[in-house]
Amino acid sequence: MKVAVVVFPGSNCDRDVAVALERSSGLRPLMLWHAETDLPAGVGLVVVPGGFSYGDYLRAGAMAARAPIMREILARAGEGLPVLGICNGFQILTEVGLLPGVLMSNATLRFICKDVFVRVESSDSCFTERYTDKQVIGLPIAHHAGNYFIDDDGYQRLLDNEQVAFRYCGSDGTTSPLGNPNGSRDHIAGVFSRDRRILGLMPHPERQADPQLGGSDGKPLFDSVVEALL
Amino acid sequence: MRSRPRDPRLTPRRKAFVKMRRPTQPFSSDKCATQAIAAEHGLTSEEYERLLKVLGRVPNMTELGIISVLWSEHCSYKSSKRWLKSLPNQAPWVLCGPGENAGVIDIGDEQVAIFKMESHNHPSYIEPYQGAATGVGGILRDVLAMGARPVANLNALRFGNPKNPRTRYLLAKVVAGIGDYGNCVGVPTVGGEINFHSTYNENILVNTMTVGVAARDRIFSSKAEGVGNPVVYVGAKTGRDGVHGATMASAEFNAETVDKRPTVQVGDPFTKKRLIEACLELMATDVIVAVQDMGAAGLTSSSFEMASKGGLGIDIDLDQVPQRTTGLTAYELMLSETQERMLIVLQLGQETRARSIFEKWEIDFSVIGHLTESNRMILRQGSQVVADLPIDSLVHATPEYHREWYKSKSDIIFRSEEVPHRPWRDSLRILISCPDIASKRWVYEQYDYMVMGDTIQQPGGNAAVVRVHGTRKGLAMTTDCTPRYCAGDARTGGAQAVAEAWRNLTAVGATPLAITDNLNFGNPEKADVMGQFREAIEGIREACQALNFPVVSGNVSFYNETSGRHIIPTPTIGGVGLMVDTARMATIGFKSSQEAILLIGDPIGGRGGWLGRSLYMREVLGREDGAPPEVNLYNERRNGDFIRGLIQDGLIVTCHDVSDGGLLVTLAEMAMSSGIGLIVSLDSSQAYFQPMHAWLFGEDQGRYVITVAEVLVDSILREAAGRGVPVRRIGTTGGDILRIEGTGDIGISVAELKFLSESWLPVYMAGGAEVAGQRS
Repeated sequence: MKVAVVVFPGSNCDRDVAVALERSSGLRPLMLWHAETDLPAGVGLVVVPGGFSYGDYLRAGAMAARAPIMREILARAGEGLPVLGICNGFQILTEVGLLPGVLMSNATLRFICKDVFVRVESSDSCFTERYTDKQVIGLPIAHHAGNYFIDDDGYQRLLDNEQVAFRYCGSDGTTSPLGNPNGSRDHIAGVFSRDRRILGLMPHPERQADPQLGGSDGKPLFDSVVEALL
Repeated sequence: MRSRPRDPRLTPRRKAFVKMRRPTQPFSSDKCATQAIAAEHGLTSEEYERLLKVLGRVPNMTELGIISVLWSEHCSYKSSKRWLKSLPNQAPWVLCGPGENAGVIDIGDEQVAIFKMESHNHPSYIEPYQGAATGVGGILRDVLAMGARPVANLNALRFGNPKNPRTRYLLAKVVAGIGDYGNCVGVPTVGGEINFHSTYNENILVNTMTVGVAARDRIFSSKAEGVGNPVVYVGAKTGRDGVHGATMASAEFNAETVDKRPTVQVGDPFTKKRLIEACLELMATDVIVAVQDMGAAGLTSSSFEMASKGGLGIDIDLDQVPQRTTGLTAYELMLSETQERMLIVLQLGQETRARSIFEKWEIDFSVIGHLTESNRMILRQGSQVVADLPIDSLVHATPEYHREWYKSKSDIIFRSEEVPHRPWRDSLRILISCPDIASKRWVYEQYDYMVMGDTIQQPGGNAAVVRVHGTRKGLAMTTDCTPRYCAGDARTGGAQAVAEAWRNLTAVGATPLAITDNLNFGNPEKADVMGQFREAIEGIREACQALNFPVVSGNVSFYNETSGRHIIPTPTIGGVGLMVDTARMATIGFKSSQEAILLIGDPIGGRGGWLGRSLYMREVLGREDGAPPEVNLYNERRNGDFIRGLIQDGLIVTCHDVSDGGLLVTLAEMAMSSGIGLIVSLDSSQAYFQPMHAWLFGEDQGRYVITVAEVLVDSILREAAGRGVPVRRIGTTGGDILRIEGTGDIGISVAELKFLSESWLPVYMAGGAEVAGQRS
């Protein structure tokens, strides 16, 4: 089984996530150009990386959601193909309708690049099984539009189905406005699809999968998918 | 405007036709350029006469526009060239020094680092967001043109007094511009510096630096070769933006300056990102003859420079230039500074292969001309030749000035005993929260400093360190200048900027290899400014020589002057060093308690400290006078080589150089970085520590603080003694308070220091309160 990393014009974390995936799996992922219309045979996981696809013009992720390859990903995700969206990838997955909610501009209206703490809300998924429930991990964020919003009905459904994957928190795991860097509703940093085969998150686990970069708290996410899918 | 049938390939047959009908005399309906018009373009009457002589006729408007930018200070270095020649630019590891788009140094394993720093001062004052953004875009393009993938950006920023009403706005917009551009292109912004001083109230400085990495056998030049080879335009479509940017940067500001907003370029980082990827993809093939970015004076500079370097002519059909709007004149097309464009000379016949790469990235690709034997620049538009200029003759006729200069009187040296002292805790509180020292987190958190996954030292340390992708090697990088010192003595200030860059690279464990210089000064037509420039160059030269730290690229920015008032000299130095094994690296934070704190390097005169031009003087006492601390380059090198050896041998992992604010601020920064406190062992009965405020806050050069385990202290002291390096035990880490032995007070908690350091900038930017400190 192979991993495919989608590359849009303006993607800029494609190489970073490929390096992290290779570190966990020993296999080099396929780099999949946005203009393709088919997924190569044997792809068992699609990663939509961070960056500024189409320069974030119109709205972050809005144009990438209409790229040729997304039609195929949408169809295959419907059949249960696992998809991981990081940062801009998360924005794209919400734009394309694979994940609920939207990502608005940060409450500060500024780009924020910093290390934050997040709490793993569920280890029951192919992306998070190497973590424990309520584990507090340190991951970096780097975004201008990471302020997760969802309406009340949608929010209730997220809770009912336990679709919240990560929440921003303090070092002790408690959530509060102080630990919430961007104003996200209920401190949400990442969400699953209903079947938990799709994950979108704003923090960058690929930037914390190498001790020399300051920590390895992101590595279990890649180890999890490799173990579960490959 | 009539248009001709487009044939982007410019077949050989068509060229023959083109040659045949080339006129030799004035042509085109364009009006002739009189001396009065030349003066509006910044040419002196002498320069206009010179131009007439070279051409043998009166130029038309397009030609005048082209020549005026080529001969502008910004493009020609006519006032500075003479002095720049004296700077050392050789070393065994220097593969390409000044003269190309950026400098190239060997970093082993068939790899090279390519880097340069450039100013975007004038545009950034007029329109700070776009000015700063395109500053980043411009320097990225220079490094890309040499064949490198950009791996890091840095920036050195100087703003006016925080109390100046425009400072907050300028800072916010410049930072947003730099961040939005760098973040989108996906190149980490890893370091830099910010100073505030009233001298920059109406002339802020935005100096941006890019470091790239390339394979040694994939370095590209801008030298055009091969008659008949096609000249290709790639990138954004040309519009009217930035027409006359270079001319603007070659004159003083005045009350009408804001009217020049239309001359500021507009950045498009998304196009730049695609341009970078497409160019690198093309550069991996063997079809490129030469590359040049379109920076200042856009198509004019790039085409002229490429042809001139190759001793060839160039024939350009302006109708083939991709255009954003209709009705662009030849004058506008040649002088536009539209961003995100490159000019490439391809091997004849490789156009289709190259085109397919740019089509994939959805970037305009157009063959706009070809190289000729003629040594003339011929521009055509519609059915007319709109310019016909002799390239070599114009280059040779470029004015070069030996401007008058005089050396300003240096400030007096005063004894630190004469400088009033205040309780040390009050002084430290003021310093740690003063604009120049306070944490710049509010700024760098708007920069993606981690993208590309190789940033192993983040902003806030001595120098940034970025791994060379896929290797154990690292590149350390820093920007440095202490304008306060330059104001006191430009020569000492120039040397100090180089020494501090060298010291910062050393303090992380890297071997300093080379620098790029960005020399920001006032109006060079004034003898005192020219004197400052000459003195600063002298200082830089001395330091480069003594430290074996050559200049490989650079940029001069004159006319940082408004209504007759010029900035204090600000020669910014960007330094790059190599770390062979990134596992052997030092950072500034204390690592554990009960470690010995050692100070390497003695104060000048062997006791006390140097307070002239220090931040203690300015922020605590409100005085900006005295001579700056002397830079002893022999001591600098001896102490630095010793420190680097300790780090590279794996003996120490904690190191910080002593700079702004002196020893106590250095110690405070080491404590804040880790949360671990310390006690300073100070015996005021010893002459060495006298006067105490000078010892604590003096800014004597060539010094470092390191921490080591107790068991290592004796061996390090012995080793140092053997090499003549002064080392002193000055304290011990531990607790969560910074205390000084024998002072009888309780010290200051690390938490309070952190609060003071971290709160100044966010409070200021939120529009809060009167600004503390900064009396200038």
